Amino acid sequence: MNELSQTLTQPSVASAGWFDFAKRHRAILASIFVLVFPLVMPFTALAVNILIYGLFAVGFNLLFGYLGLLSFGHAALFGTGAYLCGIAIVHFGWSWYAAIVMGILGGAVMAAGIGALAIRTRGIYFAMVTMALSQCVFYLFYQAVDWTGGENGLRGINVRTIDILGLKLDFINPLTRYYVIAAFVILALFVLSRILASPFGAVIEAVRENEARARASGYDVTRTRLITFILSGAFCGLAGALMALHLSIVPIEILHIETSGMVVMMSLLGGMGTFFGPFVGAAVFLLLENLVSIWTVHWQLIVGAVFVVCVLFFPAGIWGTILKRINK
Amino acid sequence: MSGLSFDLIALQLFTGLALGAIYVLFAIGLSLIFGMLTVVNFAHGAFYMVGAYVGLFLLSLGGNFWLCLVAVPLIVGTSGLIVERFLIRPLYGRGIDYPLLLTFGLSYVMVELIRIAFGKSGYPFDTPEILQGAVNIGVGYFPLYRLFVIGIAAVVLLGLWLFLERTSFGLIIRAGARDPQIVRVLGVNVSRVWLFVFGIGSGIAGLAGLLAAPLQGVIPEMGATILAEAFVVTVVGGMGSIGGAVIAGLLVGVVVSMTSLFAPEMAKVSIFALMAIVLLIRPQGFFGRAGLMS
Repeated sequence: MNELSQTLTQPSVASAGWFDFAKRHRAILASIFVLVFPLVMPFTALAVNILIYGLFAVGFNLLFGYLGLLSFGHAALFGTGAYLCGIAIVHFGWSWYAAIVMGILGGAVMAAGIGALAIRTRGIYFAMVTMALSQCVFYLFYQAVDWTGGENGLRGINVRTIDILGLKLDFINPLTRYYVIAAFVILALFVLSRILASPFGAVIEAVRENEARARASGYDVTRTRLITFILSGAFCGLAGALMALHLSIVPIEILHIETSGMVVMMSLLGGMGTFFGPFVGAAVFLLLENLVSIWTVHWQLIVGAVFVVCVLFFPAGIWGTILKRINK
Repeated sequence: MSGLSFDLIALQLFTGLALGAIYVLFAIGLSLIFGMLTVVNFAHGAFYMVGAYVGLFLLSLGGNFWLCLVAVPLIVGTSGLIVERFLIRPLYGRGIDYPLLLTFGLSYVMVELIRIAFGKSGYPFDTPEILQGAVNIGVGYFPLYRLFVIGIAAVVLLGLWLFLERTSFGLIIRAGARDPQIVRVLGVNVSRVWLFVFGIGSGIAGLAGLLAAPLQGVIPEMGATILAEAFVVTVVGGMGSIGGAVIAGLLVGVVVSMTSLFAPEMAKVSIFALMAIVLLIRPQGFFGRAGLMS
C-alpha cells in the first residue's frame, strides 16, 4: 500500500520540489521580476503604473484573496494614502519620505474607520457597506476644497530629487523613478510574505476557510478581520502615496467607485489568493486598457467583457490557473 | 429660524418623499432579487440607467410618456431575463461573491454600450407637458410631477403587494425565498421563478430610471451613484425585506432633502452617516433577520 502510493506520487515529486522552492522564496522571485520588468516594457511610465496598481491590488488581495472579504471600497484607502501624502508635501512642506509614511498611516487609519463599521456586518453586506462608505469618503474629500483642491484635484506635488543616504537621485528620470518606487514595492512584498508566513497569516487563511472552526479553536475572528483590513489599508495607502509622487497631482477620480472596481477586476483577473497574481492582473488590465484605447475609446467595454468571461470560466484568474496547472 | 416656516419644512418633506419613492422602487428590486436568488445585483444601477435611455429613445421616435411607462419596464425586464438565464444562472452554487462580481463586470459593459449608442455626455429629459406646473397641497405649491412620482410608486408597490400576497405565483415566490429546496421538492420549477423575479426586479429598476429622468437628467453614470445610495437603503431597511426597503427608502429620501434645506453641503454625506448609526445600533437593519447574512 505504502509502495503503491509512493509510485503514484513519484512523477510529481520533481516538479513539486521546485514548486515548493518557488513558494518559499516567492518574495525574492517577485522582486527579481520587478527589477527586470522595465527592461522588457516599451514604456517606463506604463511599467510604473503597473507596479503601483500591482501593489494596490496586493493590498486588496490580502483582504479578498487571503481573508475572503470582498471590499468594494478600496478606492477610499488608496485615495486617502495619495491625498495625505500630497497634503503633507503641498501644505506642510514635508520631505518625501515623511509624506510616504503619512500616506501609509492615512490608509491604515481610514481602514480602521471603515473596517470598524463594515466588519459589524457579515457576508454579502460587507461589499455594500464598504462601497457606500467609500462613496462617503469621496464626498468628504470632494468638499474639503481648501485641502484637496476639490474637483480640480490636488496639484503641485513636486518632488524632483530623492535624497537618500547622501545620494541625490533624479526623480524626473523615468527609470530612476521606477527603481525608487520599486524599492518600496519590494519592501512591501517582503513584509507581506513575512505576514503570510507568520502564525497570524495562518489564522487569516483559517478564518477564510472555516469561520466557525477558527472561532471554536479560540481565535478572535472579528479582531483578525479588523487587523487584516488595517494591514490591507497600509499597503493600499503606500500604493496611493507612491501614486501621488508619480503623478505629482492627486486627481479626485482616485476616490471614484471605478477605482474600487478596477482593483477588484485586477485581483480577480490575476488570481485572488495568490502572491504574484495581483501584479499579473494589474499588468493585464493596464496593457489591455492601453492596447484597446489605440483602437477605440470604448476600452471599458472590452475590459468588462473580459472580466465577465473570467468570472464565468476562469474564476481562479490567469496566474491562479497557471499555478493550478503546474501543481497538478 | 424664523425664515424656515412650517410650510417650507412640510414642502421639503414632500420633496423628500418623491426622492424616496425613486429609492424605494430601486431598492425593492434589489431586495426582491437578493431575497430570492441571494444575488447582490451590481448591475441594478445599469438597468436603472438603461431604463432612462430607453425612455429617451422611445420619446425621440415620437412615443409619448405614457407609452414609456408601460414599454420601459417591459423592455428592461426582458433584458433582465436574458441576463439571468445566460450569465447568472451558470453561477448558482459557486459562492455568493461570483454573481456579484459578474453583474459588476456586466454594468461596465452596459454603461459602455450606452455610451457608444448615445454618446458620453448627458441629455435633459423634459417633464411631460400634462405633468408640468404645480398644485396647491395645503402647505404651498408643489410640483405636479413629483406628486405623480409618489403616486406611481404607490401603485407599483400596491400591485407588487397584491401579486405577492394574493396570487398563487406570489405564494411560490414567498415560499421560495424561505426555503428553495423544499419548494423544489414539491415539484415547482424554482429556476423559472428566479428568472421571473430577476425580470421583475430589473423592470422596476428601469421604471425608476425613467421616473428619475425628468428630475435629474440622463447620463451614462447615473446608475453608479444611486447604487451606492440604494445600498444604504438596504442596509438601513434590512436586506431581503420589502417592507424595510419601503420605509428605509422614504427615510433616506427625507433625510437627504432635509439636510439639503438646513446644511446643503452635508446632504450627500448625511445618508452615509445614517447608515453608520444604524450599523452601530442594529447591524442587521430595521427589518433584517439577524442570521440571514451569515
